Order: sequence, then structure tokens, then C-alpha cells
Amino acid sequence: MAEVGFTVIDDGRAVEVASAEGVERARHAQGAGRPVAIDLDERAAYLGVAASVRARALASLEAPDFTLPDLDGRLHTLSNHRGKKVLLVAYASW
Amino acid sequence: MWQATHEELRGFGFTIVTVALDKSPEAARPWIEAAKPAHPSLIDTRHVVADLYNMVNVPTIVWIDARGRIVRPNDVAFGTDTFKHITGLEAAKHLGALRAWVRGEAAPLSEGRTRELQALPTEAHQQARAEFGLGQWLFERGRAEAAARHFERAGELAPHDFTIRRGTMPMRGIDPMGPEFREMLGAWTKAGNPYYRPLPE
Repeated sequence: MAEVGFTVIDDGRAVEVASAEGVERARHAQGAGRPVAIDLDERAAYLGVAASVRARALASLEAPDFTLPDLDGRLHTLSNHRGKKVLLVAYASW
Repeated sequence: MWQATHEELRGFGFTIVTVALDKSPEAARPWIEAAKPAHPSLIDTRHVVADLYNMVNVPTIVWIDARGRIVRPNDVAFGTDTFKHITGLEAAKHLGALRAWVRGEAAPLSEGRTRELQALPTEAHQQARAEFGLGQWLFERGRAEAAARHFERAGELAPHDFTIRRGTMPMRGIDPMGPEFREMLGAWTKAGNPYYRPLPE
């Protein structure tokens, strides 16, 4: 029988590892001060970003960069608009 | 909502970038197709931008200058007065300030003032975002019940974050305009908390 797997989502990317390794990676991230959400029944853990890291980045006033798709799946990167003033608007249908 | 402002100001070295914090592209599609935006109109099902910018509700706007620096931190503004009767917030005030900045007629906030006005995340809030992230991943895989447990935990950790508390309602089978939302909002505001947090001016 194949070993039961575990998913670690780190930096938005999901990787499949063996259960013991997954739990170990989650503990290690927690020890390093990162927020970790773990679900042993679902065999998955999400490694987040520490408040101190986010706070430092925001206080630098460099606009955090991101790449996201539009409705057609085409990817757009914020920093490609460098040279223009940008109004960033987050909204939702809810 | 924002297309008219984009058209008006695009000749001044300016663009709008909108990001929908929705559970799927399909949830955002009717809004985007109705607006027919000429600006990038992006979908953020995993709330990447909310995490990076410490956003706690919608709409949230940020001004970014041509060098890629934040010159007005998270603020609340609408592109039109469509929801003014509900929110009490007028579009005109922000639009006036935006126009003046984009046309080079007025300086934006100073770096010091921008930092003063920034709200920075706490450890509990980042834990909430990790719970959201795991919940969202489970939801994408059809594990709605397991996802709901993590969304609820996230809401307890960050009760002021409505991208989590309201934004996950559609993934928990709850109408985000319905009685459960109104009850949550009523309890929140009755306790003296604001639903929208526009910058003081």
C-alpha cells in the first residue's frame, strides 16, 4: 500500500510529501515564527507569512508586488505598470 | 464602477487595477462584464492582495506612485454613488483628491503621514489568514465542510476582517447579503466597531 500523503501549501504552492515530513515541516515553520494552519484529518497544512514580515514590507512603502489572472486567465503583474500612477482597488461581489 | 475614472485620467500616466476578492472567476464575471473595463481587472480567489496589503474589507483602495511606492495607504472609496444610500460614503471626495494627485496638481500624503495611517497586521490576524488559506485550498478541492471549520476559526481570530467573515460566506453556503450577515454586522456595530474604516481627514 502506498504511503499516505500530506499536502504542504507554502508560499501559495502546494507540494505533496509523506505525512511525517509534512507535519515536521509545519512544526518547523511554526518554530520559525510563521503562522501555520494544519488539518490532520485532511492531511494538509498552510504555512503563512509572519506579521513582522508583512509589517516590515508595508512600512517600507514599496508596494507589494503580485501576479494575478484576469477573467481570461491572462496573468498581470502590478510592477509592469511602473512609470504610471496606479489606483489599486480591491472589491468583491459579496 | 471605476471605468469612467480610468478613461478620464488614463492620459495622465495613470491606470486603475481592480482585484476581485471572490470565491471564483464566475462570481466576479457579471460585474466585470457589465463594467467592460479597459484597465486590468483581476481575480484573487486566494486573497493574495488582502494578505500583502493587510486589507480587511472591500472596497479598499491604495495609491501607488510611478516609482511603485505607496503614497496613500488602505482607504475606503467607491467609484460611483451606487451604494451611497447603504454606505453613507460619497465617491466625489476621493475622486477629487485622486484627480488632483494624478494631474500633478496636489502632492499625495508624505511618507511619514502614510506610515502613521497604515494599519499593520497582528500575529493573530496572520494566523487567521493561514486558516483562510487552508480553508480556501480545501474548498477548491471540494472539501466544503472541512473548509468551513477553518473559515470560522479565521473569523474568530480576526473579527474585524470582513474579507474573511463576509467573504467566506458564499463558500459556507451563507447568503452574504442575508440575515446572517445583517446579524453579524449588527452585533459588530452595536459593540462600537466600524464596518468601514476610511482614513481620517
